[in-house]
Formats: sequence, C-alpha cells, structure tokens
Amino acid sequence: MSSNTDTIRELAQQEYKWGFVTNIEQESAPRGLNEDIIRFISAKKDEPEFMLEWRLRAYRHWASLEKAQAEPKWANVHYDPIDYQDIIYYSAPKQKPNLKSLDEIDPEIRRTYEKLGIPLAEQKMLAGVAVDAVFDSVSVATTFKAKLAEAGVIFCSFSEAVREHPELVKKYLGSVVPYTDNFFAALNAAVFSDGSFCYVPKSVKCPMELSTYFRINAAETGQFERTLIVADEGASVSYLEGCTAPIRDTNQLHAAVVELVALDNAQIKYSTVQNWYPGDKNGKGGIYNFVTKRGKCAGRNSKISWTQVETGSAITWKYPSCILQGDNSVGEFYSVALTNNFQQADTGTKMIHIGKNTRSTIVSKGISAGHGQNTYRGMVRILKNAEGARNYTQCDSLLIGDKCGAHTFPYIEVKNSTARMEHEASTSKIGEDQLFYIRQRGLKTEDAVSMVVNGFCKRVFRELPMEFAVEAQKLLSVSLEGSVG
Amino acid sequence: MSVLEIKNLHVRVDGNEILKGVNLRLDAGQVHSIMGPNGSGKSTLAQVLARRESYDVTQGEVLFDGKDLLAMKPEDAACEGLFLAFQYPVEIPGVSNAYFLRSAVNAVRKYRGQDEMDAMDFLPKLREKMKLLEMDEKFLNRSVNEAFSGGEKKRNEILQMAVLEPKLAILDETDSGLDIDALKVVANGVNAMRSPDRAFLVVTHYQRLLNYIVPDRVHVLVNGRIVRSGGPELALQLEESGYASVGSAAGAA
Repeated sequence: MSSNTDTIRELAQQEYKWGFVTNIEQESAPRGLNEDIIRFISAKKDEPEFMLEWRLRAYRHWASLEKAQAEPKWANVHYDPIDYQDIIYYSAPKQKPNLKSLDEIDPEIRRTYEKLGIPLAEQKMLAGVAVDAVFDSVSVATTFKAKLAEAGVIFCSFSEAVREHPELVKKYLGSVVPYTDNFFAALNAAVFSDGSFCYVPKSVKCPMELSTYFRINAAETGQFERTLIVADEGASVSYLEGCTAPIRDTNQLHAAVVELVALDNAQIKYSTVQNWYPGDKNGKGGIYNFVTKRGKCAGRNSKISWTQVETGSAITWKYPSCILQGDNSVGEFYSVALTNNFQQADTGTKMIHIGKNTRSTIVSKGISAGHGQNTYRGMVRILKNAEGARNYTQCDSLLIGDKCGAHTFPYIEVKNSTARMEHEASTSKIGEDQLFYIRQRGLKTEDAVSMVVNGFCKRVFRELPMEFAVEAQKLLSVSLEGSVG
Repeated sequence: MSVLEIKNLHVRVDGNEILKGVNLRLDAGQVHSIMGPNGSGKSTLAQVLARRESYDVTQGEVLFDGKDLLAMKPEDAACEGLFLAFQYPVEIPGVSNAYFLRSAVNAVRKYRGQDEMDAMDFLPKLREKMKLLEMDEKFLNRSVNEAFSGGEKKRNEILQMAVLEPKLAILDETDSGLDIDALKVVANGVNAMRSPDRAFLVVTHYQRLLNYIVPDRVHVLVNGRIVRSGGPELALQLEESGYASVGSAAGAA
C-alpha cells in the first residue's frame, strides 16, 4: 500500500491501457443474423438437439420483437439505431480442437491474458482463484479444474457444460431469465456462443474464488456470453467476472445473460469489475453493454449478493436482480457506476419479494464526470404473500464538474402491509472546499479526487474480494483521468 | 530569518477588495496573532496564504522561507511546510483519519525526496501525537471529520499539524466552538510544538485563546489593513476596550 498514491498517479496519466489488439487467426460466421447462422453456431459447438431447438425458438421470438421494433427504449440512454444485420455473431480463435492441457493454448492468447494480468498458468495464479477465460466468443481455458473436481464443483465453459452435463443445463437454462424476458435476452439466447457454467453440489463450499475474464478482440463482432451458476442446497460460491476490449472507433455490442440459482440455504456472491472500452474523449467508439443478470433465491434461507463496479462501456444497460422466492431469503446489490467523457449508464436492480421474511439491501453509488450521464433505476416489489419483507435502499450520486448528470428512478411497489421499506438518497458534488482541504495537506488534485471518490465508494468496495477491491480503486482513478481541470 | 514576509498584499474576493495592503514579518521561533473584528479580512488572509485559488491577489508579494509563495499551488505550499488549521474543517466520508494522515505525510515526504512511510512505521508516531491531544484510539478508523463534534474537528486539525510538523502553522479561529477544557488541550498541543525553527500565525477573534498560547506579537487587522501591532498586552487591551478603540489609529506593523 505504501506506493498506493504512486500507482494511482501513474494510472491517472494513462489512457485506456487494455486497448491493444491481439493478432490471431479467427474463424468467424458471416455478418448478419438468420436461422442459418443459429444452426452454424450450434453446429460449431457440437450441440445436442435440445439446444438448437431452444436457440431457434429464441431467435424466432427475437425476430418478432425486432419486426415489431420492440427494442427497449425506456432507458435513459441515447444511441443511434443498431443494425443487427451488420454484426458478426460468432468469432473464435482458431486453435487445435480439444486442448489437452493449458500449455496448448495459442501463445498469442496467452500473452493477451498476461498483459491483462491474468496468467493462465496455474502455478502463477492468485492463490485460490480459478479462472475461466473467454476470448471473443469462446472459452479458451479453465484453470484449477482438477482441484475443483475433487470438491465436486463443476466449473467449465458453457459449451462444455452443454456437452458434458446436459441434464443440468436443460434443467436450469432459462429458468431465471427465459428467452422471452426481453429483447436482448432473446438475442443472447439465440446466438450465445459461450460463457461459464458452475454447479456447486449439496453442502459444498466452493474451495476457491471462481473467476471469468471476458475479452472482445475481433472487430465488428458482438459478444454474447451466457453464465449459469447453480448452488445446490447448503452450497456456497463466490464468483468474479472481469471484462476488457481493444480500442476501436466503432461501437460493439455486448449482450450477455447471467442466471444464478440458489437452492435451500445456498449462497452465491457474484462480483463484476466491468471495464469494457468506454469510447474516446469525444464519445467515439466503445462497447454497448446491454446485459440481463438475475438471480433466483429459490430455496429457503438462500442468499444472492451482487457487487458491481462499472467503469467501462459507452452505454451500460444493466440491472442485476434478485427474485426472493424462498422464505427468509436475502438479496443484496452493491454498485459503483462511473461515467466520464460521454459515457452513459442506466443501471440498478430489481428486488422481487415473494417469500416470507425476505430481506433485500441496495447500495448504489453513481459517479458522473465530464459529460457522463448516470442513471440509477431500481425496483423493489413486495408481493402479497411476502409477510415481513424488508428493504433498505441507499442511493448516492457524486458529481464532478458541471456538464454531467445524475438521475434516479426508484420504483417501490408494496402489496403487503407488514413490509418495512427504507430509502435514503443523496446527491453531492466534489466541492472546491473538499479539494482545497486535501491539497492543503500536500496531495495533488488528481490524488485528492481519487481520495474523495474512493471514500464515496467504500461501502461497495468492502464487498469485493481484497485483490479486486484494490484493482477497482485503481480503475476508478484511471477512468477519472482528466475529469478535473 | 523570516519565515513569512508579507509586503503590501491586496486581495479581491468576488470583486470586493478585502485586503488593502497588508504588511507583516514573522520570524522563525515566533508566535504572532492576528486579531480583528468580523469581516476585517482575517480568514481571507489565512486562505490566501494557504493558496486558495479563487482569491484574487491584485498587488503585493509574499515570501515563505525566502520563496515566492504566491507562485505556489496549495499542495506545493503544503509540501514546503505551510499548514493551515481550518476554521471549518471539511468532511471526507469513507476516508479514514489514519489513511488520510499517512497519505498527507507521504505526499510531503515524496516532495522532499524522502522514502514513503508504511503503516507499520507511521502508526506508532500517530498514536504518540494522539496521546498528546487526548484523542481516542477509535478515532483512527473514523472518516475524516465526519460526524465529529466542533471540538473534535479542531482537535483533529491540531493533530494533523503535529503529524505534519510544518515550518509555518496558520491557525484560523481554532478557538471557535471549543469549550474551555478542549481549548486547553488544543493550546497544549500547540505549545508543545513551539520551537526555534517553527513559526505560528494565530488568527482569532477573541483574546481568550491567547491566555493559553501567549504570542510574541499581536497585530490588529481592521478593514483590510493592520492598524496596530504590539506585544501580548495589546490583546488584553482589546478585550477591555474593543476594536473600536484601535480602529482609527493608523499604527504600523
């Protein structure tokens, strides 16, 4: 920690440093989307019939939505219409089929992950973190498989899960986010190419942190990954995802789906450090991050906790939610969303209380700088039978400069009179007073801003695993570069 | 040698001239007090010396340890050894006192080409100073000035000063909002720091603080000018007869 300010200062002077492109041979589907493309993707993945059928149903549903121009427009974000026929829906690094060991991964891809600070070689791994790495559309490596298998934990790419564990996939796929859920969820269901799958069996505490790194590399390619995590009765697991992309001056679409299922007494902690390319200072390029994430506390006393640090993407549209179905189940959402330059974020959560004595906590910290527009959108719904439900919501916005905006749309729907709801909200501006005070103690302006912002986000950073909390702090500093004149 | 030399300083705030030609010389080892009625420009002077950028210096010169203070940014002045104890200390939610103080110390050390201190080296030093100011251990992990009482905030300013060991400490109305016990603790903290190579500029409205921090010189600031200077007895005289008695006298520093 002693060189903390040093590192932050160094980082603050950098542009987006993950913006490099890796030169590897790619195998891509032709541009555009139709049933043949779906069949092509499914065939590439050697999928069983049920998967293809499911994809096709999803595609037909999506096509009907597209025809009806039912792409969601209610979010507080603005962008030119997306031409869905101008996107490449499948792109994979060419590699030898069936890797026998991690050593067989394309050295270029390995170098990419090393640059990102994710050494795939197991001996170099952060102690106790197993990684699944997804490069463009395909999962390239999963580490620590053997050790996890010993504990009975299945952690593999989605494709592998479809082949090796079709019964689990069949049972849970779409059980939390059906393909009919929304426009982007339908699109994802039709074309998703890979992602991570995790199953933690009864009473097993997953012996290490699980982690997936997503990397979009190819140009003009959409990334549509799908993650499914199931914690069986009494099981627990902590999972982290990180994402980066090269600098490109066209927008790229990322439409992912994450489904979590927690059975009786199970716990899932899902953390995200999202750092997709945000576009340049003038708002050119960047990722459109349109993601559906939802967890179902299906069992009694189960718990699902979302923590997200969103610093990247040109546009973020994302509401990690919890369906609190089991009695006494607990849902949590901790979020830091930062928008700088011309970034736009419309993010928040939904907490649906169905079971008795269900509890939810929402802590949202939005930071706007430059011309950034940051929207918190949250819904807390207490259904009729949810006796004794409780929600606590805290929603704070921090403004840096006078060209940015913070918006808050909290929806609260209570149908049971025993519910207890608390909602706190605040908007503040990093003031001249605050910066002057810190600078008078010897810190430079950028360090003073970092300090105020990191303090503002502390409640959320506390929820992240240690290494990632440090990473998240650095990311915020970089993302705020140049935000104070 | 003089730590601070102010020559004919004129300052505007929002278009109004607040300081109208201030002259002052403060030597190492000395404690000077600036007294004056509300609105006389005391706090403006303190803020300008700490390099608050929104204040517009229209004329004059200030030398800090022989260097041009008015050319420095706030953080540079701080790193050169100038400390301002704020009249209204600012809250920094989510940033612990221990972290804040160590960041400040390390920023200064770095500026001076010294190695940064890690928490292991820093905490014992911090604890020692806290004892001097009778501050509770719990204070270390509390956010800077958040939910502090007025007295705690002022004590915290003095603690920061003790840790940063400045060449020049400016105390802006540090006595306001303090009860008599807290006042004594704060004064003890300041007195413990008096040394031949450190100077203090104590800005205050009331004479009360000067019973405990006895100054070498007292300057009376009225309407943007120093109208009278004298020894500690001048403070007592003001206490008895008020600022009106000196307001018209055109004394020099």
